[in-house]
Amino acid sequence: MKTSVAPHAVTLTAIAALVVFALANGLNPVLLTVSITVAATPLLLAALGEMVVEKSGVLNLGVEGMMIIGAIAGFATAVETGSPMIGLIAAAAAGAALSLVFGFLTQVLLSNQVATGLALTLFGLGLAALLGQSYAGLKPPSFPHLDIPLVSDIPVLGPILFAHDLLVYITALILLGTAWFLYRTRAGLILRAVGENHDAAHALGYEVIRIRLAAIAFGGACAGLGGAGLSLVRVPQWTEGMTAGAGWIALAIVVFGSWRPGRVALGAFLFGGVTILQLNLQAANLTALWLLVLGFLLLATHVTVRGLTTGSMHRSMLPLWAATLASAAWALAAPVSIQTQYLSMTPYICTIIVLVVMSADRLKANLNAPASLGRVFFRTG
Amino acid sequence: MMKRRTLLAGAALAVALSTNPVLADGHEPLKVGFIYVGPVGDFGWSYEHDQGRQALEAHFGDKVETTYLESIPEGPDAERAIRQLAQSGHDLIFTTSFGYMNPTMKVAQQFPDVKFEHATGYQRAENVSTYSGRFYEGRTVLGHIAGKMTESNIVGYIGSFPIPEVVRGINAAYLAAAKVNPDVEFKIVWANTWFDPAKEGDAAKQLIDQGADVILQHTDSPAAMTIAEENGIYAFGQASDMMQFGPNSRLSSIIDNWAPYYIERVQAVMDGTWESTDTWAGIGEGMTKIGEFKNMPEDLAAEAGALRDAIGAGEIHPFTGPINKQDGSPWLAEGETADDATLLGMNFYVEGITGDLPN
Repeated sequence: MKTSVAPHAVTLTAIAALVVFALANGLNPVLLTVSITVAATPLLLAALGEMVVEKSGVLNLGVEGMMIIGAIAGFATAVETGSPMIGLIAAAAAGAALSLVFGFLTQVLLSNQVATGLALTLFGLGLAALLGQSYAGLKPPSFPHLDIPLVSDIPVLGPILFAHDLLVYITALILLGTAWFLYRTRAGLILRAVGENHDAAHALGYEVIRIRLAAIAFGGACAGLGGAGLSLVRVPQWTEGMTAGAGWIALAIVVFGSWRPGRVALGAFLFGGVTILQLNLQAANLTALWLLVLGFLLLATHVTVRGLTTGSMHRSMLPLWAATLASAAWALAAPVSIQTQYLSMTPYICTIIVLVVMSADRLKANLNAPASLGRVFFRTG
Repeated sequence: MMKRRTLLAGAALAVALSTNPVLADGHEPLKVGFIYVGPVGDFGWSYEHDQGRQALEAHFGDKVETTYLESIPEGPDAERAIRQLAQSGHDLIFTTSFGYMNPTMKVAQQFPDVKFEHATGYQRAENVSTYSGRFYEGRTVLGHIAGKMTESNIVGYIGSFPIPEVVRGINAAYLAAAKVNPDVEFKIVWANTWFDPAKEGDAAKQLIDQGADVILQHTDSPAAMTIAEENGIYAFGQASDMMQFGPNSRLSSIIDNWAPYYIERVQAVMDGTWESTDTWAGIGEGMTKIGEFKNMPEDLAAEAGALRDAIGAGEIHPFTGPINKQDGSPWLAEGETADDATLLGMNFYVEGITGDLPN
């Protein structure tokens, strides 16, 4: 089959259009990308952890609780020891420890996973508030910024790829490591097998409970790291309830990413992107309708590129391009001021829309979901 | 028999307690309650109200007993919290955020014997007073400094909600900044919250990315100051001094000084002279204070100090004509000053500010 340059041309044109639009409105695409990366990092960490947990067949709704415990543990340790790195380790350890409470209750005592996960969130929020009482208003040691020599000086690519804080690189490593582990190693295959059918895995002699506990601990450690990313990197300070729903969004991202590392990463960036973009649109005095235009543009480009690669055009392609143009015309013609409440809602509305779209194609969604997700495993024999 | 007597005595005591013999003999402590919108450790708005509460305890000693409830969201939960204070025998309750206005009015109607003081609102009743600082006077001083200090001519402004209080601050700061620097541009971001450090920090970061080198905020946490310090730009403390969060970044601050007012009002209740009043006090009365001038040239500090004193003495009004509204229609004629009613309901930008005011 002849490969065509057309798909790449479409992608590049779409990116070029975005860059031109940003520059024309005084937005710096490079700085925007960097900000979005920073905003996406904690979400990505928590979502990756939860993805592994769910791949092993366990649904842990306590991500929010583990994140905030990580946030305070990391913050307190960094303040006491003066080392943000020890803070990160403490955050991961605290998240893992809390998740093992969940693991013990659900795996050993066979409690209901949904109820236990919710309880874990409430418990984590309360415990963090208690632990953090004497840490409000303190300043943590500043987090190391890792500019990789030489390559970080490359224009455009340098700042986007090679001049972040350490946590971004750690997250990238965890992302690659998780993908490699799940799909390229025997242990990963076993973990997925446990998630697909725990009875069969048990019959084959695999230690279902032990494997699941390990996955739960990994998920807790990742959530803890994500929390520390909030309290040590994004806003270096501790405040009660500072995760503000990030854990729930991480849970949504796992579904959005249909339990695949690459798509989970995409979901984290989309979500971080919406949060950052709505602030930037405000500051640049642009209407929030441009978010709608952006959404249509991304979808239309995706459908077109896929159509060009496979050789058959999807029927939604033309309507999507029409919607892109129509919304752009709307945004240009009526720069209406939108109530700030709606702006703050945008990330959550996007999550809901995505979840609806995902579940509309039931067959496809179910194909990827681990078959034993959330089911209780009774050990027999 | 014995039992019944004890029971009766207990009931009598309960009645006596609930009707609250207000300090006729000076031995019964006056119970004063506070409702805060953020944690007392926010180092901003709620922190300063709590400083006022502590000043009450220091001033009156065991003649008062204070209680506070922190991080109470504005909304239905606020009503429950206020009622809880009223029911538990508090004589005077300070509700310290704009969004507590309707809940305060509602609970006040049900507890006519309890006195209420609502900060920054405009609804009053027999037993509800309102009080607020003329923070916009401080904004004028800050705007003057911002206009002089900015090199990019872009000043970032983090708003909370588009209510008159906040809009007034933006206008006052802009007028003062534009007066000393006609090229100055304000970039305004609405965080849509009083207190969310992650969001406030993000907003500050995005403003810096878009070229702002001085940031003003009307949200409660020092997150923006922390980000400003990290990025080597300037910012101002809001509600509280916030010096410790930006030793190299903080230029000055608006400090809310509630203690004298709180002491005066508690004294009034003790003396039985408390009446429903409307207090709106500024730099002159000492309710709005301007923090020490730092990280700026000495002549600018002197200028800002002179401006502060002139406003305090009533020689300069922050809103003195000629001023047009954003759409170009005239608002104040040459030499005319704004009346309080217009200021209290301010829902428009002045000429020169770009962007639409959200409704």
